[in-house]
Amino acid sequence: MFSSSRRVLGLVTAAAFVLSACNAGSGSEDGDAATGGDSDEAVSVGLVAEPASLDFTTTDGAAIPQALLYNVYETLVKVDSQSGEVVASLASDYEVSDDGKTYTFSLVEDATFSNGAEFGPDDVVFSIERVQSDAWTVSLKDQMDVVENVEATGEHEVTVTLSRPDNSWLYAMTTQVGAMFDTEGTDDLASEPIGTGPYEFAAWDRGTDLTLERHEDYWGPAPFFDEVTLAYFNDGNALNNALLSGSIDVVGTVQAPESLADFENGDYQVIEGTTNGEVVLSFNNEQEPFSDLRVRQAARHAIDHPTLLDTCWAGRGELIGSMVPPTDPWYEDRTGDYEFDVAKAESLLQEADATGVEVRLRIPTLPYAVACGTVVESMLEDAGFEVTIEELEFPATWLEEVFTAHDYDMSIVAHVEPRDMRAVFGNPDYYTGYGSGELIALLDEADAGTPEEQNAKMAEAAALISEDAAADFLFLLPNLVVAKPDITGLPENSASISFELATLARE
Amino acid sequence: MLWQLTRRLAVLGASIAVSTVVVFGFMQVLPGNPARVALGVNASEQAVARMTAEYGLDRPLVVQYLDWVAGMLRLDPGVEYISRAAIGPQIIDGLGVTVWLVGAAMLLAVTVAVPVGAWMAIRHRHADGVALSALSQVGVAVPAFLAGIVGISVFAVRLGWLPSGGWVVPAQDPVGFLQRLILPAIALALVQGSVLARYVRSAVLEELQQDYLRTARAKGLRPAQAVLRHTLRNAAVPVVTVAGLQLAGLLIGAVVIERVFVLPGLGSLLLDSVQSRELLTIQSVVMVLVVAVLVINFVVDALYVLIDPRLRTGGRR
Repeated sequence: MFSSSRRVLGLVTAAAFVLSACNAGSGSEDGDAATGGDSDEAVSVGLVAEPASLDFTTTDGAAIPQALLYNVYETLVKVDSQSGEVVASLASDYEVSDDGKTYTFSLVEDATFSNGAEFGPDDVVFSIERVQSDAWTVSLKDQMDVVENVEATGEHEVTVTLSRPDNSWLYAMTTQVGAMFDTEGTDDLASEPIGTGPYEFAAWDRGTDLTLERHEDYWGPAPFFDEVTLAYFNDGNALNNALLSGSIDVVGTVQAPESLADFENGDYQVIEGTTNGEVVLSFNNEQEPFSDLRVRQAARHAIDHPTLLDTCWAGRGELIGSMVPPTDPWYEDRTGDYEFDVAKAESLLQEADATGVEVRLRIPTLPYAVACGTVVESMLEDAGFEVTIEELEFPATWLEEVFTAHDYDMSIVAHVEPRDMRAVFGNPDYYTGYGSGELIALLDEADAGTPEEQNAKMAEAAALISEDAAADFLFLLPNLVVAKPDITGLPENSASISFELATLARE
Repeated sequence: MLWQLTRRLAVLGASIAVSTVVVFGFMQVLPGNPARVALGVNASEQAVARMTAEYGLDRPLVVQYLDWVAGMLRLDPGVEYISRAAIGPQIIDGLGVTVWLVGAAMLLAVTVAVPVGAWMAIRHRHADGVALSALSQVGVAVPAFLAGIVGISVFAVRLGWLPSGGWVVPAQDPVGFLQRLILPAIALALVQGSVLARYVRSAVLEELQQDYLRTARAKGLRPAQAVLRHTLRNAAVPVVTVAGLQLAGLLIGAVVIERVFVLPGLGSLLLDSVQSRELLTIQSVVMVLVVAVLVINFVVDALYVLIDPRLRTGGRR
C-alpha cells in the first residue's frame, strides 16, 4: 500500500510533477509491434519533472520509478499498466500458501543484469533484505517490514515468508520496493543504475535528458527502439512545443488538458485514459469545523462535480466518488453517494451551527489545484462556507505547512500512488487525520483475505470513506498522451508507476 | 587613478563578503527541509533527523556558513544533498549556457541600439525617427518571456524554421547551437535593446544641443561626422552606465528565458534547486550571480575613467 501522497509529496523537481506520475505505463495490447528487436531507431519521449537522483532507495518521488522501473529495473511481478492487474515478470510464476504467509516464486532462467552478472535467487534475497537494511532510507521501505524470512529454495526458486498474510505486500513487490538489484551492482545507484530490464542506463545529462539503450542480452522480447531519450521539461508549454516542432516523438504527460486542442488536428494521436491520481479535496478531520460529519457532508453536497471538471480540467478525467480508480479490481462508481444539492448542504451546515464558518483552503501551487481551487471556493460559498484560498509553494512549503504541521482546513492534492486508500485514510497521524477504527479493521481484513475477500472488503472500505465524507473526491486525473501518429504501443491507462518503454515501436 | 581603482576593489571585496552573509541568511528562513523532500512524506521523524544529520544540516550555522564560504573560495561548494552530485561542475555547465545567452543578447542589444538610438536622435523631427522611437517604446513594454513564447509559436511551431528549445554544445554542432541560441537571445535582447536605444537617443539629443557641436559644424564637419566624432563619445558615459545595469538585468532575465526555452543554464539550475531545496546549490548559484553583477558594476566604474578623462584626476565629476 503506497502513500500516494508520498509520491505526490516526495517529488522534488517540477511543480506539476503530480501529473508526471500519472503518465506511466505501457502494457500495450499489441505486443507484436514491440518486438522489432533489431532496429537501430531512436525515440524521444518528453516528460516533466526530472529525477533529482537515479537512486529510489534514498530519494522519493515519482520521476525515478517512472523512468527506470520495468525499463532498467525489473521486479518479480509487475502491474499491467492497461488493466491494473498483477502479472508475471522476473518470476515466471508464484504460489501462495493457504495461510497466505508463504510465497514461492519460480524465477525466469536466463535473465542477466546489464553489468553481465546472471540473475538468480541470491539477488532476490539480497534485494529484499537490502530494503530492510539501513541502505534504503525512503519511507516506502516499511512495506517490506512484513517479510520474516527470504531464502533461495532451489536453483531458480525463492521462498518468502511473511509474519502475517498481507495482500498489499505482493502489490508492493510490483513497485520500486520490489526492484531486483545485482549483489555486486549497488555501488553507485544515484548515477549508475544496474538492472535486468529491456533497457540499460546509458547517460544522464542533468537538466536535459536521460538516455537508455537496448539491453542486448535481455531475457524477454527485445524492444523495438535501440535508444530511448527521456527529455525533461519544466514547463508544459515547452513540452508541447517540442512535439509541435518535431524535436520529440511523444508527450508522455500533457500538463494542461486545454492544450490538447493544439494536437487534435489529425496530425497527432491523442490518447486518453485513466491514472491512479485521485484529486482529493481533503478535509482536516482532526479539528473543527471538519471534525463534524455534517460539515463534511455539507461540503460534499455543495460540489457540482461535472461542472467542476468541465471548468477546471476541460472536462478530461473521470468522476469517481471515492479513493479507487477504475483499474483497481474493487472499483465501484460512488459518485451517487453525495448528489449535488445546495439546499441540503445549507441545511446540514445550519444543523451543525456552522453557517458562515470560515475555512482556509490551502492548496499547493500545482496546475489542477490552482485551477480547481477557485471553483471549489465559489461552490462552497454558495452553500454558506466562508472560504479563504492560500497558495503554498509545492512541494517544500505545502509539505511543511499542510502535510507535516496539519495547519489547514481543506486542501486539494492528487494522490497519485496506486492503491493508496490505507496510506491516505488509514492512519490518524496522516495529514487527513482520519483513520477510523472501523476503516482500519476493514483494510486489515482485506489484506489478510483471499483475492475475493480482498475485493469485497476494499469495496466496503471505499464505501465507508465516501459515506463518512472523509474527503471529497473531485475527479481522477486523466492519462493524456500525445504522440506522432506512427508511434505504437502507448497504453491508454496508466495503472502502474512506470512509463514502460519496451512496448513502444514505430510503424 | 590607481588609488581610485584600489578603493573600488576594496568596496567590491567588502560587498561580496556581505552578500555571502545575506545569501546564507536567506537560505535559513526558506521553509522546507531537503531531507523530508528526499525521504517522502511518510518518513518518520527519526529518519528525517538521521538524513538531516547526514546532510550536515544539523551543524551550527556558523560552521555551515564557514564551510560553504571556504568551499566557494576553493571553487568547490560541495555536493548536493539528494543527488550527491558535485555542485561546482553543474554551475560551470550552467554558466556555459547562460554566458552565451547573455553575451549574445548583450551584443545584439548594443549593436542594434546604438546606431538606431543615434538615428532616432538625429532624425527626431522626421517621420522615420518618430516611428522608430514609438517602436522602441513598444519594445520596452514587451516582457522577455512573452517575446519568447511568441517567437517559439511563430518560428518553431508554425514555420518550423528553428527548434523550440533545448541546447547543444557549440563545439559539437555549431549550426544547431546557433539555431537554438538565436530565438532566446532575441527575446532577451528585445527589451534591453529598446531601453538602451532610448537612452542612446536622449543622450545623443542632449549632446546635439551642446556648443561644441556647433563649433564642430562651424569648422566644416557634416552632421553625421560631427556626431560620430564627438557626440557618441560624450553620450557614452550615461549609455555605459545603463548598459552595465542592463547586463545585470539580462543575467536575471535569463532565468525566465531559460525556462521558456528549456536551456540548462544557471537560471534553470537555480529554479530546480529551489524546488528540491538544495540549499547549498541555491546559495552557490545566487552567489555566482551576485558576484557577476558586482564585477560588472566594478567594470562599468572603471570604464567611466577610460571614456571620460575628466574622471581620471580625482573624485570630481
